[in-house]
Amino acid sequence: MSARSTWRQAGLLVGPALLLLVAVYLYPLGRLFVLSVGGGGPGGAGLEAYRRLAESSVYIDVLLRTTRISVVVTLVCLLAAYPVAYVMTRVGPAWLRVLMVFVLLPLWTSILVRTYAWMVLLQANGVLNNVLRWLRVIDEPLRLMYNETGVVIGMAQVLLPFAILPLYASLRSIDPRLSRAAQSMGAGPWRRFYSLTLPLSMPGMATAALLVFVQGLGFFITPALLGGSRVITLAMVIETQVVDLLDWSLASAAAMVLLVLTAALVVGFDRLVGLDRVWA
Amino acid sequence: MSEPLVTLRAVSKHYGRAIAVNNVSLDVFEGEFVTLLGPSGSGKTTTLMLIAGFEAPTSGEIRIRGASVVARPPEKRDIGMVFQSYALFPHMSVFDNVAYPLRTRRVPSTEVAERVARVLDAVRMSGFAGRYPRQLSGGQQQRVAVARALVYRPSLLLMDEPLGALDKKLREEMQSELKDLQRTLGVTTLYVTHDQQEALALSDRIAIMNVGDVVQIGSPLALYEHPATDFVAGFLGDVNTLDGVVAGAETGVVRVEIADGIEVTVTTAARPSAGKRVRLTLRPERLDLATIAGGVNCWRGLVRGATFRGELVRYDVELGSGLVVNVSRPYRGQETIFGPGQEVFVRSRPDDWRVFG
Repeated sequence: MSARSTWRQAGLLVGPALLLLVAVYLYPLGRLFVLSVGGGGPGGAGLEAYRRLAESSVYIDVLLRTTRISVVVTLVCLLAAYPVAYVMTRVGPAWLRVLMVFVLLPLWTSILVRTYAWMVLLQANGVLNNVLRWLRVIDEPLRLMYNETGVVIGMAQVLLPFAILPLYASLRSIDPRLSRAAQSMGAGPWRRFYSLTLPLSMPGMATAALLVFVQGLGFFITPALLGGSRVITLAMVIETQVVDLLDWSLASAAAMVLLVLTAALVVGFDRLVGLDRVWA
Repeated sequence: MSEPLVTLRAVSKHYGRAIAVNNVSLDVFEGEFVTLLGPSGSGKTTTLMLIAGFEAPTSGEIRIRGASVVARPPEKRDIGMVFQSYALFPHMSVFDNVAYPLRTRRVPSTEVAERVARVLDAVRMSGFAGRYPRQLSGGQQQRVAVARALVYRPSLLLMDEPLGALDKKLREEMQSELKDLQRTLGVTTLYVTHDQQEALALSDRIAIMNVGDVVQIGSPLALYEHPATDFVAGFLGDVNTLDGVVAGAETGVVRVEIADGIEVTVTTAARPSAGKRVRLTLRPERLDLATIAGGVNCWRGLVRGATFRGELVRYDVELGSGLVVNVSRPYRGQETIFGPGQEVFVRSRPDDWRVFG
């Protein structure tokens, strides 16, 4: 009816979720920010924690490593997800359901369980190394764990559905008649792929990349278990600061760095592609 | 006669147990405009897709320029295609859309620019090269789609209801433009539509399809004047369909009783035996109304309804015992317009009736 009653309705509908968000997310986040600038600490307010982060080559290394791992995981996920998503747009409804279950099943399984499963597969005496040795492909076991390779393998597997689903949605929304038109004009499969399918699925790729990369930046369990003490990521640093060193100020500053990095990516994505396309 | 450009020989397409195209044979000659006309589900689009190569025939032979193309993918058939949805590439400008088939053929870029400009000029879209499809109206998109299908001079242009998405006025405009363009370029065209007016306006020949069969092929005039079946008569233009029993037959003339005391005299070469059940058709515009009786096939009738359409008036006239015929009379300002309830005489010439048995 009137604008005011519309607002009241909207408020009633959104209100509970908003309250929850403020209570369990925005408030602690605000506290983190206050902690990161030394609020409540002995030294008073200041950028001391950020200075320590910026001046220590250890933390710079961690930030670079975290970013690098996320980039590699994102690339691996895009490369692995694209063919799967493409096949999903090509098969009939029965096969689509099967594929969809296989894509979604990992999402419903605990990350911890999946990471331990990867440890069984990747360790020196693990399934993969044993099979390769039995096939005489290798003599010495490959080092697939406690290094970035293991972390990337594990994270890519965990994050793969977040790449497949937006890519699938994007590929499915491409009008199949465009490909037929191109075909009638003499375009073979490759030309149709790189001139039509690939550019038209760009929004899906951008969405997939954003979802995987942003989640990758803050990943904790998988790098902690598969990377161990040799592959420290930002999330692990934060955990160590809080749990072992009780340095809340530094942990909060690191968390803020991660938050700002993520927010910048999301804003950049919104400018370039539009956030409304993430779930469309 | 010269070798046909496209030849279909006994082509069938089955989907499981459903028969989409049944034993169709068709020749399309160089420079011809042939239309596949039929109601939805008649197999006309499937036939087009078989020729384009997007569907494979269950049996039969398809040849283009004498060579079998059944095993050839669509991209190797040298066809141009215009879809009802236009299928313009949304991420490319008009120029890039039209240049697409040329670039696919690795035509040098200066020649691409030249040929795209020329074809855009031909479809009156010269000023729109930099626009994107979403910035164009339906009719403009249509023109670009046609330009894109013609720019590489394919042997054969296939069009699947290309004007189906346009409103009536624009459709008629585009019809004459398409026809002009086709005649100027001389491109052999196979056109699919369910719109009989469009088929009549555009085609050199029409193939009428019904439930997978080609029922009749011929020029628009031949089909209109000499339909092979009552389906063709009814599908191409309006028609009165009347069932009756043969009362008698002399040389060249048959008398059919269509109701108690109403007999139609029909000129026909056929000589059905007396008592046989037949179906008669007659176009509404071949019936006339008069205030006085006279001639053969003249019956008393009662006007039940009259609809003024501008250049003509349509009447429903009851001939007695519930037998109603449609009459279409031209109106040029002089003619009497009859009103409902008025008594009239309905007249027709024996030559204008068709008999199907």
